[in-house]
Amino acid sequence: MSLKGKAWKFGDDISTDHIAPGRLFHLRTNLPELAKHVLEDADPEFAASMSPGDFVVGGRNFGLGSSREHAPRIIRLAGISAILAKSFARIFFRNAINVGLPILVCDTDKIDTGDELEVDLSAGEVMNKTKNIKLQFAPLPPAMVKILADGGLVEHFKKHGRLAVE
Amino acid sequence: MGETLAEKILSAASGKSARAGEIVIVDVDVTAVQDGTGPLTIEQVKELGGRPVNPDKTVLFIDHAAPSPRSELSNAHRTMREFAHETGARLSDVNQGIIHQRLIEEYVRPGDVVVGADSHTCMSGALGAFATGMGSTDIAIAMVSGKTWLRVPETYRIVVGGEFPSGVYPKDLILYLIGKIGAAGATYKALEFGGPAVAEMDVAGRLTLANMAVEAGGKVGLFPSDEKTRQFLASVGRSDDWSELRAETDANYERIYEIDLGALEPMLAAPHTVDNSFKVADAKGVKLDQVFIGSCTNGRIEDLRVAARILRGRQVNKDTRLIVTPASRLVYIQASKEGVLTDLAEAGALITAPGCGVCVGVHGGILGDGEVCLATSNRNFKGRMGNPKAEVYLASPATAAASAIKGEISDPRDVL
Ligand code: SF4
Repeated sequence: MSLKGKAWKFGDDISTDHIAPGRLFHLRTNLPELAKHVLEDADPEFAASMSPGDFVVGGRNFGLGSSREHAPRIIRLAGISAILAKSFARIFFRNAINVGLPILVCDTDKIDTGDELEVDLSAGEVMNKTKNIKLQFAPLPPAMVKILADGGLVEHFKKHGRLAVE
Repeated sequence: MGETLAEKILSAASGKSARAGEIVIVDVDVTAVQDGTGPLTIEQVKELGGRPVNPDKTVLFIDHAAPSPRSELSNAHRTMREFAHETGARLSDVNQGIIHQRLIEEYVRPGDVVVGADSHTCMSGALGAFATGMGSTDIAIAMVSGKTWLRVPETYRIVVGGEFPSGVYPKDLILYLIGKIGAAGATYKALEFGGPAVAEMDVAGRLTLANMAVEAGGKVGLFPSDEKTRQFLASVGRSDDWSELRAETDANYERIYEIDLGALEPMLAAPHTVDNSFKVADAKGVKLDQVFIGSCTNGRIEDLRVAARILRGRQVNKDTRLIVTPASRLVYIQASKEGVLTDLAEAGALITAPGCGVCVGVHGGILGDGEVCLATSNRNFKGRMGNPKAEVYLASPATAAASAIKGEISDPRDVL
């Protein structure tokens, strides 16, 4: 499967407080409204400027902080097709897979905001068409491939009637 | 090769030998959610067509917005109360306190597997439980199936020796350690604490250390269950829940950190990351608009006693607000009985209901643009206390109390 869109570059240590701030806590039960503020504390213009299909591109330790699953959910809900980063925080990584949002570990130094990217999930490749550079990303752990392939954790559980990741 | 604490607990919970790097499916003892993550968990439980298989150990905590500052949140609370009522799950309502403090007071036993939809669930590791934070959907699956999947983590062992110098506390140790490991340095790892100083450390101190394991990326912060654990469980009326648990002596550790407490100084984390670690001595004089003593990290009776001892007979600086939040109702009552709340209030502190509001920027103590706060909580991320244009420093309750008196970052050793 290949995904196409523009890159939105963020720095290192983007926390779940940047993505879904605590001051918008009352919107946690209204995800479409919360999604209008996605990543607001990292870039106040982002939510209004991005287009569906675009990519969020981070540096190191993307998604650190709280366990709020709302963070990957509103990124997905806003229409982002995948997150690329050098590394992800543990809980965020697991949450993203559980909600069916692809996340890719690769060297993001050579990606800037506005670059046109094409991601081939099965080949494990990111093509930066603007810079004409090809990047490889690390394959997901097998347990997570199964969950993502089933369409997220709830679908996985419904399909198998249990956790089937061993 | 012997088992680390993490391997030992997960072997017992999975019914097979669980070694670092393996994926195991384990029986879950306690599942927990709070009012930020709970409504989504409930939605997923309903989507799965299930109900909690172990309602007595399924606990819904109303703490992040307690008591509720807005109708949307009051409605989320209603959803949680109704769910508890319908399914028999346990409810910890607005007056009871912070999820992690309540978990160790009432629910968690050594050797348990505890999963919570809150990242600081790792705090329960201080009692020798494999406790870790996950998202709402993972917790929904754990509720309806009684199971979760885990990758058995490799372990970093933290060997602590020596004695805390005057004015230096477990919070200083963990801030120092996170500065050393880095905010992502222990991602996917278990931190296992041991050594002579850990054997001597009371559970309150252990909780502060385990609480912040996640700030180094860790999955859990683990302690052996020993005499100190037994004493703690007895103090909350749960002697029967105690059992001894320790890692095997020939366990395999990926890394070992050795720390001599004697060389440690009061520490702080400067904005906006927890690993931005400094000695208090090097940051003295930063003006503070607000000081916050509370949270699951440092809102226990032991923390409030330290602050009260420093503030007794002194006054909070007129240009600084001091907010104190006991971590739970039990802590509140104990502090009240001991006169600790009176000491704090007489010094000029504002004392709030037990809960999370100030720590997480939901309500109470929201900072203004350009304001600076020193807090005893565990995170100083941009926006954390309700305003991305404010700055948050993290430190121990002693540093917080000393700083509240001066109205600027101050070394507690100067006032002790
Ligand atoms: S006190 Fe702060 S860190 Fe602890 S559970 Fe509440 S919001 Fe989270």
